Amino acid sequence: MSIFSKYEGLASALSAVTAGGGRNPFNVVIEKPISSTVGLIEGRETLLFGTNNYLGLSQSPAAIEAAVDAVRAYGVGTTGSRIANGTQGLHRQLEERLCAFFRRRHCMVFSTGYQANLGTISALAGKDDYLLLDADSHASIYDGSRLGHAQVIRFRHNDADDLHKRLRRLEGTPGSKLIVVEGIYSMMGDVVPMAEFAAVKRETGAWLLADEAHSVGVMGEHGRGVAEADGVEDDVDFVVGTFSKSLGTVGGYCVSNHDGLDLIRLCSRPYMFTASLPPEVIAATMAALTELENRPELRVRLMDNARRLHAGLQAAGLRTGPQASPVVSVILDDVAVAVAFWNRLLDLGVYVNLSLPPATPDQHPLLRTSVMATHTPEQIDRAVEIFAVVAGEMGINRAA
Amino acid sequence: MSETVASVSALIVKTLLANPKVPRDINGSSKIVEDLAFDSLAVMNFVMEIEDTLDVSVPLDRLADIRTIDDLAACIVSLKQAS
Repeated sequence: MSIFSKYEGLASALSAVTAGGGRNPFNVVIEKPISSTVGLIEGRETLLFGTNNYLGLSQSPAAIEAAVDAVRAYGVGTTGSRIANGTQGLHRQLEERLCAFFRRRHCMVFSTGYQANLGTISALAGKDDYLLLDADSHASIYDGSRLGHAQVIRFRHNDADDLHKRLRRLEGTPGSKLIVVEGIYSMMGDVVPMAEFAAVKRETGAWLLADEAHSVGVMGEHGRGVAEADGVEDDVDFVVGTFSKSLGTVGGYCVSNHDGLDLIRLCSRPYMFTASLPPEVIAATMAALTELENRPELRVRLMDNARRLHAGLQAAGLRTGPQASPVVSVILDDVAVAVAFWNRLLDLGVYVNLSLPPATPDQHPLLRTSVMATHTPEQIDRAVEIFAVVAGEMGINRAA
Repeated sequence: MSETVASVSALIVKTLLANPKVPRDINGSSKIVEDLAFDSLAVMNFVMEIEDTLDVSVPLDRLADIRTIDDLAACIVSLKQAS
């Protein structure tokens, strides 16, 4: 028996997706970015509506220059973990910059956003503690819960009352209770009612961790995320995030006012046993953070663009999530239709993400788009037009 | 409360049968993943429904050891007794 025989079901599901000559949606190659909003795919200039590059900063000239300067000054890699092989000055600088940005006393930087959740959650919630996770949590949160061996209890998505009920059932049980929510949920783009969760946290004495991966740089007057927008930053004990969305690079972080965070450096395996961020990434991230701070107009343009895309897709008779946010998903009923729709969009020059169950809420396939501040209104209108054409071809626009 | 494994198992079967996609011939020894064709997310969502009905929380790590409807019922009864 082959070691891969357990994946026979997966192989047949993939065959079904590519049947009839369709592309493998998980193997699309963006041959070259032309700009933050246009890439070369299959030799054609294609509108990018699926990169999570919310502020367009992956192509920031200032970040590029900073990265080049850092490579020349420091070399291309760190060749080891900070615990085993040493912290470099740039690591410390980046952590200080993030502390200042978030107005928190402590920061730990991780090599990816995934590892930031894995490393923070697994170290904070040990086997005698309880983790209370939103049912629609990202895989990195679920994986972090397994690495830490905490007791894991799910609550209904974005439902603070349901969380409260589950915390009430735990009254009197020993162990810390850590609530984990996300600022903006990555599949549907819906925003957490952070003030409601903060109220439950205050009432029950639990701890609150907010993963603001998709909301930092996007929400809040200064771009600090949903907790800032809702005025409840003091109630959030730990903010976890990533550099690979609005900051355009790669890496992750946790910030907190709790002095204990520094101890996590000595017990968080995803922090201790992997190579630290290289100099050019740190330099580019700090330059991008400066842009994020100094150009609030990017956030205004981003939300204007989000509303334009959301309204346009709805007007085209397509079903979307309820809120206009930088993630706008078109909800379909049938996987085969979603696959065909996604292929046709790419034929006509629009790249979006095909998201399939069980990675989606409610078992619906999604055509997931992400908007950028750097999209022009014309690019958004063109994408909407192409969506409408394909929906018409496939007969799935609801009486637009 | 005086739930028994049998009564909780019967309640789980009744809840499952409310879903038209579930085979009609299930019983306490039916395997949740194999016989009901539930994926991991469907199992977690279904357990959430049962949790609300019985006012109990089943930690996810406990699900790893559960194969049949009776296993789930026994787990819930032990959690209720512990609380």
